[in-house]
Amino acid sequence: MKGNEVLAEAAIRCGADGYFGYPITPQSEVMETLMAREPWNETGMTVLQAESEVASINMVYGAAGSGKKVMTSSSSPGISLMAEGISYIAGAELPCLIVNVQRGGPGLGTIQPSQADYFQSVKGGGHGDYKMIVLAPASVQEMNDFVDLGFELAFKYRNPAMILTDGAIGQMMEKVELADFKPRWTEEEIKEKWGSWATIGKPASRKQNIVTSLELDSALMEANNKRFQQKYKTMEEEETRYEAIKCDDAEYILVAFGTSSRVCQKSVELARAKGLKVGLLRPITLFPFPKKVIGELAERAKGFLSVEMNAGQMIEDVKLAVYESGKNTRVEYFGRMGGLIPGPSEVVEALEEKFSWELNYGVKRYY
Amino acid sequence: MELKDIIKPENLVYQKSDIQIDRIMHYCPGCSHGVVHKVISELIEELNIQEKTIGVAPVGCAVFAYNYIDVDWQEAAHGRAPAVATGIARLNPDKFVFTYQGDGDLASIGSGEIMHACNRGENILVVFINNGIYGMTGGQMAPTTLEGMVTSTTPNGRNTDLNGFPLKITELIAQLPGTSYVTRQAVHNAGAVRKCKRAIKKGIKNVLDKKGTSFVEVVSTCNSGWKMTPVAANQWMVENMFPFYPLGDLKDSIKGEPVSNN
Repeated sequence: MKGNEVLAEAAIRCGADGYFGYPITPQSEVMETLMAREPWNETGMTVLQAESEVASINMVYGAAGSGKKVMTSSSSPGISLMAEGISYIAGAELPCLIVNVQRGGPGLGTIQPSQADYFQSVKGGGHGDYKMIVLAPASVQEMNDFVDLGFELAFKYRNPAMILTDGAIGQMMEKVELADFKPRWTEEEIKEKWGSWATIGKPASRKQNIVTSLELDSALMEANNKRFQQKYKTMEEEETRYEAIKCDDAEYILVAFGTSSRVCQKSVELARAKGLKVGLLRPITLFPFPKKVIGELAERAKGFLSVEMNAGQMIEDVKLAVYESGKNTRVEYFGRMGGLIPGPSEVVEALEEKFSWELNYGVKRYY
Repeated sequence: MELKDIIKPENLVYQKSDIQIDRIMHYCPGCSHGVVHKVISELIEELNIQEKTIGVAPVGCAVFAYNYIDVDWQEAAHGRAPAVATGIARLNPDKFVFTYQGDGDLASIGSGEIMHACNRGENILVVFINNGIYGMTGGQMAPTTLEGMVTSTTPNGRNTDLNGFPLKITELIAQLPGTSYVTRQAVHNAGAVRKCKRAIKKGIKNVLDKKGTSFVEVVSTCNSGWKMTPVAANQWMVENMFPFYPLGDLKDSIKGEPVSNN
């Protein structure tokens, strides 16, 4: 199945209550698949084509505020339009799932795959101090798995979660093992689970549930911010996910997520065939970023190469992770932009070029 | 007879609805918001729908509407209340969902959301407070500001060459097949309040009967923004707002029925 179709199927199967979206290439198959599947007949899930991304994210806000499991999907320019709404969702502490099937930018850019929305996704994206949980699938199977996981984490932390993927994985066809159907939550279950905050209608006896991000008392607003920051810290401690491939004996570590990590798997094989001890660290969560493991690898590694489909965004987090570990292992960047995907041998060539000093002399070179 | 002899339960002729929270309002004295809040609170009590009501507050003076009406509320981003209400109503079809929006929120930044929610015939009630000015931010021009009207961003009066024309958005809404009931009301005297209450009641009942979108505009005063006393503001509204925004029903139909062009 296609990555985008799998997102739709996984949403139905994990018991989602609603999807609100607006067409944009390269992810329009998500809503098309849902509309063709007519899940309202099967599970009772609502699917609605909104008039804009601005409207769809606010529909998500409303539905999530009533304790429902809801999602939207879009691609880069559409996510920019949603930034206001995502900030409100984070500020009102609502759980929801947002999928960004990235394309190249800036502006209207291209419809080809890209990872240029890394900063926008992991640093907040909208206004104010907030973070989203960001999951980066590297296969169609993970497109399936991360829908359920994304909802689980979103509700665990009452926070928006994002699946950050790109046009390549969205359009790619691979074998996939679909999850079993989970029933949607009943009204009673929603009341029991989320009745302390969700707007489900108040009996005279209970206090009002008010979904809002507004607090004009600065002392209280600071307290809210401190609570959010604490939540993000807990996420960093408990939800960091990554995959380390052949890192145990590696002298050089490629750091890559999503599509570029698939390319780098091949690069590791090519490099090892040449006798270079290369491994791949693939962050699965981009926020929280796997800082700790990078710090540990920095002890032994002679260098890191951050391989990205952008001008070099994640490299800043890799450098920070190395810096925070107290090491000064060199971190370099290689990538392609504008909708191009780096080739496996290109990556190996870049590694040999950037770390030629270390490769020639066999010792670590510091900044 | 002394005052204490009069203040007895059996002499009670009026009391605040239990739904209206007993809290000092932040609205200026003379503002129409308080009256409309009271009317909505009374109707929620009379129709016994507190437990199924979810309100959506706007950005504007009514941003704190949730402080005064004792139901569950969501506070929407500026202009997005109809989209937020769509999300709630679609997934909670048995609830009574309403938005409460001002003219800046509904007719300017949120003109897209209101048009499309009404055109889809979302099963919600929209209460639209039109006072022709941005109250909360300090009296700037609204899309509904009358020609020649002085605001802080039209200090010499609204000039249509520069600022365009006042927007009769309710007339546009009435053209949309998704709406079932579209009306324009006011709350400047007791008769008008009673009529307005009947209109909002009809809107609520339409939603409960799943008849599509009901839209109640309330032509209102903003005496602080207009820089008038409450009495003068009411008088000015009658003389200047009502001729341009005439009161009465614009549409009372059923969802999906073709709209005549006459």
